[in-house]
Amino acid sequence: MDGVKSIPSPAISADERSHEVDHPSSQVAHFGTEQPLRLDCGVDLTPFQIAYQTYGELNADRSNAVLICHALTGDQHVANVHPVTGKPGWWETLVGPGRPIDPKHYFIICSNVIGGCMGSTGPASINPATGKVWGLDFPVITIPDMVRAQAMLIDRLGIDTLFAVVGGSMGGMQVLQWTAAYPGRVFSALAIACATRHSAQNIAFHELGRQAVMADPDWHGGGYADQGIHPHRGLAVARMAAHITYLSDAALHRKFGRRMQDRDLPTFSFDADFQVESYLRYQGSSFVERFDANSYLYLTRAMDYFDIAADHGGVLAKAFADIKTRFCVVSFTSDWLFPTSESRALVHALNASSARVSFAEIETDRGHDAFLLDVPEFFDISRAFLQSAGKARGLTSKND
Amino acid sequence: MSVQEVLPLGGLATGQSGHFRADHLLVADMVKPGSKVLDVGCGEGDLLQLLETRGIDGRGIELSREGVNRCVAKGLAVVQGDADTDLVNYPDDAFDYVILSQTLQATRQPRVVLENLLRIGRRAIVSFPNFGFWKMRLQLLIGGHMPRTENLPATWYDTANIHFCTIKDFVQLCDAINVKMERSVALDLYGRPIPLNLPWWVWNMFGEQGVFLLSRGGGK
Repeated sequence: MDGVKSIPSPAISADERSHEVDHPSSQVAHFGTEQPLRLDCGVDLTPFQIAYQTYGELNADRSNAVLICHALTGDQHVANVHPVTGKPGWWETLVGPGRPIDPKHYFIICSNVIGGCMGSTGPASINPATGKVWGLDFPVITIPDMVRAQAMLIDRLGIDTLFAVVGGSMGGMQVLQWTAAYPGRVFSALAIACATRHSAQNIAFHELGRQAVMADPDWHGGGYADQGIHPHRGLAVARMAAHITYLSDAALHRKFGRRMQDRDLPTFSFDADFQVESYLRYQGSSFVERFDANSYLYLTRAMDYFDIAADHGGVLAKAFADIKTRFCVVSFTSDWLFPTSESRALVHALNASSARVSFAEIETDRGHDAFLLDVPEFFDISRAFLQSAGKARGLTSKND
Repeated sequence: MSVQEVLPLGGLATGQSGHFRADHLLVADMVKPGSKVLDVGCGEGDLLQLLETRGIDGRGIELSREGVNRCVAKGLAVVQGDADTDLVNYPDDAFDYVILSQTLQATRQPRVVLENLLRIGRRAIVSFPNFGFWKMRLQLLIGGHMPRTENLPATWYDTANIHFCTIKDFVQLCDAINVKMERSVALDLYGRPIPLNLPWWVWNMFGEQGVFLLSRGGGK
């Protein structure tokens, strides 16, 4: 398979990656055996740790805290240079000086989810019971588990009510879970390009990704860490498939069309003749530099299990009964992974609960990824929503 | 349905007080302070902003994406939706008032919409252009064509207004579905209320639009 072989090897060693897993270059909250994390699967995870970044300062009233929830392959480095890749923070379009979520006004917190691989406890961490990497012995986690762990972090930081919880995609799922599980602790919620449950099609794509990882002989039944290797090829293929779902036909056509990569004629081989192939291979190979394969399995699984209505007797509106949180729901026209219809179902449930909700669908051809890109209308809406909520929250006038 | 699309109220836009439209001021005066309001067909959120200045908790539904996004960018709680199809999602008694401003004539089922307004809200405030207005009558009678005015400039084939009615028609509908009219105001072409002591037929003839505060009738 020339095509797969040509995915370049990662530039960093497995050692560097595992260093961020155990000793992240972020702040870390340790939770000892007296504070276990009770998981939905019935297991108490203990001890565990959460790696997080903060920006800005908590005000005297402790009323300006904003929690950013990251998406599937994101991490806590929302607005700073990434310690592994050296790239800018993944949401610097939205978070940072002069941005809608400005550290001048807000105390911004972003933590790596439980099950992640950037310093919070996950399958790539060391299992204290065995002294070895957890691998598939790590318990299966859910979105509610991630949020439960975040709530413990927020407690640790001495914050009772978050001014806002903000996230897109899997981050948006966490936002919704926060409002359903801790309605009194979330003053406003900005849920972007997400849904209250993972659709059959999305589960199918995740299963494809997981099978690609598992089909890599280097995966070793999940025990690759003991062998000192990493299933790069399987994980890269998983990322390539997933990446297609983050874009749109129109965006791919605009960006690449049928253009050739550094050549004028086809090579009549399985080399990356087309620019779009070369782009996808790059996406795959750069991803494996910073992500753990087992962590990818666990986090995709958590998204698959997510279904807020199922946790509330099958009636979504019950999850938000009498909620006081101010909601802003945003979707993008070309997002086929979390289409507008999913957001609309959420909005209907929020209406049925008489919740205060704004809902905007933004026109763009950039697909699901639009929430991470430079889409001015999205920023205007986010800024106005948070300013209006800030006014209601009584945040001081330095808010403008 | 954007108000601008349905009914560009040119004559009213420069209404009596400041930058707020005369009919909006009239509607806002009907709402008790501290209440919870849903504005169906809220356009670009002008009425919601007016209500906000009076400390009223306002929400909106708007059909056009551009209108919704402009509202949300003003910090208003507005969702994209259709009066004909989306009101059913709201529970009974969710609001103190539900407002339908210059939108009734553009709905597919005005009667069902009106019933929903008074299910969701304890009161409804409905305003609409009066097709019994003398200028309308004259155009049909003398001109022999479907009426067009500066406030309703669209031709019959491209108008979004598919269910025109007169003030008299509306009153009959309210009677038929047991809706109580708590307050009724007709505004003339310049947005001024027509004196209350004049008989109904005067309103129906000289009212350019009607504004009604409604509640559920008894004995249902």
